[in-house]
Amino acid sequence: MRQQIEGSQAVARTVAACRPQVICAYPISPQTHIVETLSRLVQSGALTGCEYLNVDSEFAAMSAAIGASAAGARTYTATASQGLLYMVEAVYNASGLGLPIVMTVANRAIGAPINIWNDHSDAMSQRDSGWIQLYAEDNQHAADLHVQAYRLAEEVSLPVMVCMDGFILTHAVEEVEVPDAEQVDAFLPPYDPRQVLDPDEPVSIGAMVGPEAFLEVRYLAHLRQMQALATIPRIAADFAAVTGRHRDGLVSRYRMEDADLVVVALGSVLGTLKDTVDSLRDEGLPVGVLGITSFRPFPLAAVGEALAHTSRVLVLEKSLAVGIGGAVSSNVRTALAARPVPTTTVIAGLGGRPILRSSLDTVIRGTLAGEVPDLFFLDLKTDLVEREVARMRAARRSGPAAENILRDVAGVGDPHAVGRPR
Amino acid sequence: MNERVRFYQTGSFAVRNRLLPVVDASVQSDPGRSNAITSGHRACQGCGEALGARYALDAAMRAADGRVVAVNATGCLEVFSTPYPETSWQIPWLHSLFGNAPAVASGVAAALRVRGREDIRVVAQAGDGGTVDIGMGPLSGMFERNDDVLFICYDNEAYMNTGVQRSGATPPGARTMTTQAVGPHPGAPFGQGKDLPRIAMAHEIPYVATATVADLRDLEAKVTTAMALRGARYLHVLVPCPLGWGTPGHDTIRVARLATESGLFPVFEAHHGEITTVTPIRRRVPVTDYLRVQKRYAHLFGDPPATAEIARIQEQADRTIRRYGITEVTV
Ligand SMILES: Cc1ncc(C[n+]2csc(CCOP(=O)(O)OP(=O)(O)O)c2C)c(N)n1
Ligand code: SF4
Ligand SMILES: [Mg+2]
Repeated sequence: MRQQIEGSQAVARTVAACRPQVICAYPISPQTHIVETLSRLVQSGALTGCEYLNVDSEFAAMSAAIGASAAGARTYTATASQGLLYMVEAVYNASGLGLPIVMTVANRAIGAPINIWNDHSDAMSQRDSGWIQLYAEDNQHAADLHVQAYRLAEEVSLPVMVCMDGFILTHAVEEVEVPDAEQVDAFLPPYDPRQVLDPDEPVSIGAMVGPEAFLEVRYLAHLRQMQALATIPRIAADFAAVTGRHRDGLVSRYRMEDADLVVVALGSVLGTLKDTVDSLRDEGLPVGVLGITSFRPFPLAAVGEALAHTSRVLVLEKSLAVGIGGAVSSNVRTALAARPVPTTTVIAGLGGRPILRSSLDTVIRGTLAGEVPDLFFLDLKTDLVEREVARMRAARRSGPAAENILRDVAGVGDPHAVGRPR
Repeated sequence: MNERVRFYQTGSFAVRNRLLPVVDASVQSDPGRSNAITSGHRACQGCGEALGARYALDAAMRAADGRVVAVNATGCLEVFSTPYPETSWQIPWLHSLFGNAPAVASGVAAALRVRGREDIRVVAQAGDGGTVDIGMGPLSGMFERNDDVLFICYDNEAYMNTGVQRSGATPPGARTMTTQAVGPHPGAPFGQGKDLPRIAMAHEIPYVATATVADLRDLEAKVTTAMALRGARYLHVLVPCPLGWGTPGHDTIRVARLATESGLFPVFEAHHGEITTVTPIRRRVPVTDYLRVQKRYAHLFGDPPATAEIARIQEQADRTIRRYGITEVTV
């Protein structure tokens, strides 16, 4: 049924339709509405056959998910930002054990400075964790990806992270057709675990592996992700057959025909980008958009093929790989290894900074004209940065940069002028 | 010469004591025991942890009619039982991480509940480090939710698997590699450390008990009691470590017995936060009897001996005896 619904609600109801058996939850914005809704569904009896665990931390959430999954239950959790980082050790463990847990990451910045708003730093930090990572463009996509995530996870025996932009998607009310239980049942078979803790067939799971076989075990993890590159599009096609909603599983192309410049991005910013590109196309500028849905496994071939005829690439990134620039860009450059083209990294939207159409318009025109440096920070307030750099040069104890910059923004003036306590 | 002659097997629960009624015979004496941890593992000779785990799990297996799933934290027990590509575990066994065994066990229990398989029981186990330090948060969470898990801590009073470093369960004065026998205050500092059984009791969970490998029949009985209950249960077992404590492998049982007979390690049971039984001491000994046999305390007995420190340890034993009202057996 199509309905006006908040993104978190749509995801929670979709997850419920997937009949999870154990949900482990710990609150953190902007993910809370999802687990609150699921809690209500379980407690009210609307979602039966499901245990809802209010755990003591995200580390415990992922750990309980590991236990539940290994004991044969379809398992779900959701987190964001600091919560994702708090569970990192268990995140790697879940993929190492090959447990098909599905987790929503409501993408949010990482502190310090603490910031609850959206960017991709959290999920990007886990790009090498062995989890499959799917990025949703809008709330319909987010809902649909969760159903596909369970099918994928259970088919390839790997955990899947569904990444959706915090607030921008989680808290946005838009029209979504929430997959119902009937549709999901037609698409998603019951969970048949590859390995399970069972007294009738005792196995030791998580035993130590030394140098004799560790490389091989890791190789298999990679191999399974490579196999998923073929599985993801097949599952997307199956999903389309049941729901009538088709999207390419790995990448999405928009107005790529004869594009001289292709903008590559992940997540909800694709909507703004498409609008921007529409108006640029109206002017006759040859610009297209390539969205990456599956960031892990990274679809090297699909990206390389999509960019085969373009002469310039702009990668718009919502996370900063400090000390180098962009994580997505380096992956895109690998895809372009056979035919390198100038690739510009544009860092944008960190900590919830709005990515404006006007700014995108300017940076795309600038890139077409070859005027944008290889690494560019969109809408960076250079005056604020320069003032802080000057302060740092002037005094060793110039104070916390974040505070100083905030004072500048608020126009409070130089903190040293009022006598800073030592 | 005046010592009363005692028939060895009278009142003894030694394995295969044929004078005992069958119901009192130990699980280990049963040829049909499960051998949950079978032979061939790589524990040191005389390892208290290997012994304790074997007795505890076989008792749990008997109580659950063979339907037990074990969750294990990283540590000696995990490492010595699963040297690649072998495993000692005859039961379904899951190792995830060092600090998350209680939460993993909660997840296993939830899955079994939802799958209608509550006949399968969950036992989680960790060393003292995995319990009182890094696993403390998830353990407290598992307790307060009253998840249906029996959690067993094998307390050898240090991080042994990483080469004997101090944990929150390392007793004052003990030498470890991070509290070495050097400087003006050698060994682990006084006035620090954590008493996890009491912290567990504060959660008012259905069952908290302590045991040692000196009284294996008592350990089995407590596991049996715990398995008859549902909800969060905690068993804290003192397991001497010959390597870390500096004791001969053949003295593991004796050292564990001295720990209780000196009053340093109280053996008791508590239901819902209330102490219900306290095991009397057979023959009380001064703490020096216990300390002297362990190289980790050797620096206390130098020339001159560390009388003040020894006195503080004796005070601690006296306080424990008072706190639990530990009595001496009158024969
Ligand atoms: C997060 C993390 N920190 C540290 C370690 C290293 N480590 C592995 S086992 C261990 C000591 C275990 O001590 P304890 O829990 O007391 O068990 P024991 O080996 O003494 O039986 C440590 C520190 C680890 N594996 N994971
Ligand atoms: S180091 Fe200690 S706990 Fe570890 S196997 Fe050896 S005796 Fe057992
Ligand atoms: Mg230990």
